[in-house]
Amino acid sequence: MGKATVIPFGPQHPVLPEPLHLDLVVEDETVIEAVPQIGFIHRGLEKLVETRDYNQFIYVAERICGICAFGHSMGYAETVERLMGVEIPERAEYLRVIWHELSRVHSHVLWMGLAADAFGYESLFMHCWRLRERVLDIFEKTTGGRVIFSVVKVGGVVRDIDDAMFAEIKRVLEGIKDDYRQLCNAFLKDSSVKNRTVGVGYISHEDALAMSMVGPFARASNVNNDARCLGNGGYGKLADFQPVMDAQGDCYARVKVRALEVLQSIDIIEEMIAKIPAGDIAVDVKGAPAAGAEEANVVEQPRGECYYYARGNGSKYLERMRMRTPTSQNLAGMATALAGCDLADVNMIVLTIDPCISCTER
Amino acid sequence: MTFATKSPWVIHYDASSCNGCDIEVLAALCPGYDVERFGIVNTGNPKHADIFLVTGSVNERNIEVVKEIYNQMVEPKVVIACGICACSAGIFHDCYNVIGGVDQAIPVDVYAPGCAVRPEAIIDAVVQGLGILEEKSKALQAQKKGA
Repeated sequence: MGKATVIPFGPQHPVLPEPLHLDLVVEDETVIEAVPQIGFIHRGLEKLVETRDYNQFIYVAERICGICAFGHSMGYAETVERLMGVEIPERAEYLRVIWHELSRVHSHVLWMGLAADAFGYESLFMHCWRLRERVLDIFEKTTGGRVIFSVVKVGGVVRDIDDAMFAEIKRVLEGIKDDYRQLCNAFLKDSSVKNRTVGVGYISHEDALAMSMVGPFARASNVNNDARCLGNGGYGKLADFQPVMDAQGDCYARVKVRALEVLQSIDIIEEMIAKIPAGDIAVDVKGAPAAGAEEANVVEQPRGECYYYARGNGSKYLERMRMRTPTSQNLAGMATALAGCDLADVNMIVLTIDPCISCTER
Repeated sequence: MTFATKSPWVIHYDASSCNGCDIEVLAALCPGYDVERFGIVNTGNPKHADIFLVTGSVNERNIEVVKEIYNQMVEPKVVIACGICACSAGIFHDCYNVIGGVDQAIPVDVYAPGCAVRPEAIIDAVVQGLGILEEKSKALQAQKKGA
């Protein structure tokens, strides 16, 4: 064994679109320990509830993260609606699920592209991102934005989708499905890809539970923690929902779980489009959350369970708004998976938790 | 400008962006908009880069990183602030941990506003940046001749 050396990884690193700093303690080519450091993107966003009223804060909540933007605005709106006892129209619930699942498709395909880039398969990265553009086109047609939609408000949604657009969405998703299966073949059957993922960064079922891991990262270690099973909002109307799970616990399993979740999301969207009832898309919300009223809520974001907590103080301004995001839960698991891995596998393992640093630090 | 005399390499750093602008920077490079066909390549090495794309506003912790990347880049170089947070800190301007736009840390040549900035706006900014790069390069050569 050689002498231990510390190799800094990040904050500026080609594989990371976001700044995360890791101190990798390395002996020869093996990582003994990885110490994550965060704080590069902290803005102090939760404190903004003191100067933005509950309707204005939705635009801030949406900008917690640009990839799961819709999920955050939905999670925040649901929390405040519960706090004020507002029942939103059924059509709005369905529309929220449709946009949220579309966001999951775009987020997972984006991630698969970044993962391909991490193991050095650049043309696969490009193919994933090309496929993703079609989902972004749906967003642009239905909401006007590619990344930030601003369609959720407390009490419902701002825009409706008409039947012609639903037919268009279905047509686009069918097209995506075919091309996506080919991409999946590259990810799940290509031997050079498998060499980089099978057996890498193993996390056992017990470790996953002990470190409270969430999302596809935990589901790849056979932990069933999909918050969609709770049936909040429109998810309660699904005929049948079985989370995608895998027991292998390595990078390959995590790629597989996300790959299958995209197809599952497409099925959910199709079911929702078939079932969506006619009616209003929003109710008027008046008044303010009562002083001392508290409410919590969970949303299954593309990266895992995100927890929201809000407390009112009788005025239009919330007393406290708190989110616990999936990546902050998964960082401990990532450090564990990194211990003992090969230096060349660090990229892949860091990416398989799908780190979203701007959610984590806010 | 009717033709590009140089294919600039870009480096991207996320100062404290929400990811929205970052994925649009990458989307501009990928097949949907495909600026790679003009030889514009995303590099991870500041020493190889001509254009520095910064997204997000600066805070106490990352201001040093932004300055460090800028200092490591070789002259001539152009800085593009991508997104409203990088231009003026946007909706986060009154957050306690936000100093302001990227121009608080390093000189910015082109501002590309938007929340999130659209790939078209980034491409437009890069094209403007190319013109500035050429001017800076000429100024540098004139300086060398004069010396």
